[in-house]
Amino acid sequence: MAFDSFSAFLVMEGHGPYVWACYGVFFVLMIAMMVWSVHRRKAAIESCRRGYEFQADRSEQQAARGSAASFTRVNVSQD
Amino acid sequence: MNADVRPVLKLRDDTVGVLAAMRGVFARDLKVAFRQRQDLLNPLLFFVMVVTLFPLGVSPEVSFLREAGAGILWVAALLSVLLSLDHLFRHDFDDGTLEQLVLQPQPLFLLVLAKTMAHWVLTGLPLVILTPVLGVMVHLDGNSIGVLCLTLLIGTPVLSLIGSIGAALTLGLRSAGVLLSLLIIPLYIPVLIFGTGTVAAAAEGAQVGAYVALMGAFLVLALTLAPFASAAALRISLSNG
Amino acid sequence: MWQFFHKLGSPKWFFGIATRLMPWLLAGGVLLLMAGIVWGLAFAPKDYLQGNSYRIIFIHVPTAFIAQSIYIMMAVAAVVTLVWRMKLADVFVKAVAPVGLVLTFLALFTGAVWGKPTWGTWWIWDARLTSMLILLFLYGGVIALDRAINDEKSAARAVAILVLVGVVNIPIIKYSVEWWNTLHQPATFKLTEKPSMPADMWVPLLLSVLGLYLLFGWLACLRMQTEILFREQRTRWVKDYVMAGRG
Repeated sequence: MAFDSFSAFLVMEGHGPYVWACYGVFFVLMIAMMVWSVHRRKAAIESCRRGYEFQADRSEQQAARGSAASFTRVNVSQD
Repeated sequence: MNADVRPVLKLRDDTVGVLAAMRGVFARDLKVAFRQRQDLLNPLLFFVMVVTLFPLGVSPEVSFLREAGAGILWVAALLSVLLSLDHLFRHDFDDGTLEQLVLQPQPLFLLVLAKTMAHWVLTGLPLVILTPVLGVMVHLDGNSIGVLCLTLLIGTPVLSLIGSIGAALTLGLRSAGVLLSLLIIPLYIPVLIFGTGTVAAAAEGAQVGAYVALMGAFLVLALTLAPFASAAALRISLSNG
Repeated sequence: MWQFFHKLGSPKWFFGIATRLMPWLLAGGVLLLMAGIVWGLAFAPKDYLQGNSYRIIFIHVPTAFIAQSIYIMMAVAAVVTLVWRMKLADVFVKAVAPVGLVLTFLALFTGAVWGKPTWGTWWIWDARLTSMLILLFLYGGVIALDRAINDEKSAARAVAILVLVGVVNIPIIKYSVEWWNTLHQPATFKLTEKPSMPADMWVPLLLSVLGLYLLFGWLACLRMQTEILFREQRTRWVKDYVMAGRG
């Protein structure tokens, strides 16, 4: 341990505000970026799901109406 | 625009040599510019006005102007080149000439080089010619003015060449002007640093040969690499539109 | 070799690998970064010249280092985009550019705050700070251009060209800024260069650099997955993945 007491650790011989401001901003920005990225991934999955459900609903309605839909979109993966 | 204002590009087939094609592009761009003289004058007026702002905005004192003069002139020249870049491909893009250019059998990067050189002759060169007058107005001494003109003579083609990449990338986009500045200004910084640094060194009585040679190296590097990047960017922008 | 290359280019394959890799990257990154920071803040000895303010180094150097290496990685990805048109490469560039921007900003901010006790002023036109500022502009340009072009493929290739032009310029910018700095200022003592650093200082520094690297890897995987979900939402495997998640 480089410091005698916890308060000495916080004060850092007068350099405390600078050091802690840096670490504070670093953690806030890093955590914000991480949380935001996780949130965006979730939102992407959610919007995809809603899109699929909308498609499914529409094709069900069409089937119920008994329309003679003969063309269906075929989704081909390139993999 | 009618055909009278915008001469048609006459490069019919691959029997036209590469140099002849470049000459054709170059001559056509000059001809177009001289038929629309206002576009030629605007960057020059802008240059003079920006330089005027500094004595008015900061200080008209001789000591300040003598020290900051070279920097002011360089920044003003850089900004007016930046301002004129939007026109480099825009008109040709709008009337379809650019697509013709891309379809030519001659290598596109050489044609782009010719266009960029025409752009320099129309904006960079007049700026250099105007510089001595403005140099006297900001109290630079004769030696400094000479070196300043020399650095601008080498530096403004670099500005045009790097700028052509940005102009090609932002072609056909909304708010292309602001975006162009955002992309290009960071790339202009080395040229600005060496341009003003050379004048500062000359003012202190140092030999400037090495600095000028270094700026020449920038020019050679830009001449060899920038046309390729601009040509590639043009193809992308055209396929986009 | 080529089969591996093609596999690597497949978004589906990457998605699976990333999902398996991400917990390890996150855990390792947080662990190493915390270890480096705690060690550096509380246990490393005081610097005899700068006192305790030097403890900012344990986040300043990692952010600056990784911010620069992200741009280099983007340049490699840009070459891959232009030459092989690999989808994943441009997904990478798009996904990590904002991360690079944030890390560059952090490096600048910590550098400026460090400058206050060391130099007595918040901002100094020091060669390193200035070139980091220009790097911030370059990141800003890349993101702005990507946002401005609607067509996905054109955006990818235009951004790739811009990144490559930028990477050619980076050494020139660095060199010219250093030259400009010596022209305008007497030499100040550098922030990070020390004749010799004791192990108690460089080991925690190394730990936090590695930790931040792993965290960047995690962020890159996560953001690339998001981008892939958007782009591939018409494919069967994305549909299966999304619907399976809902049970």
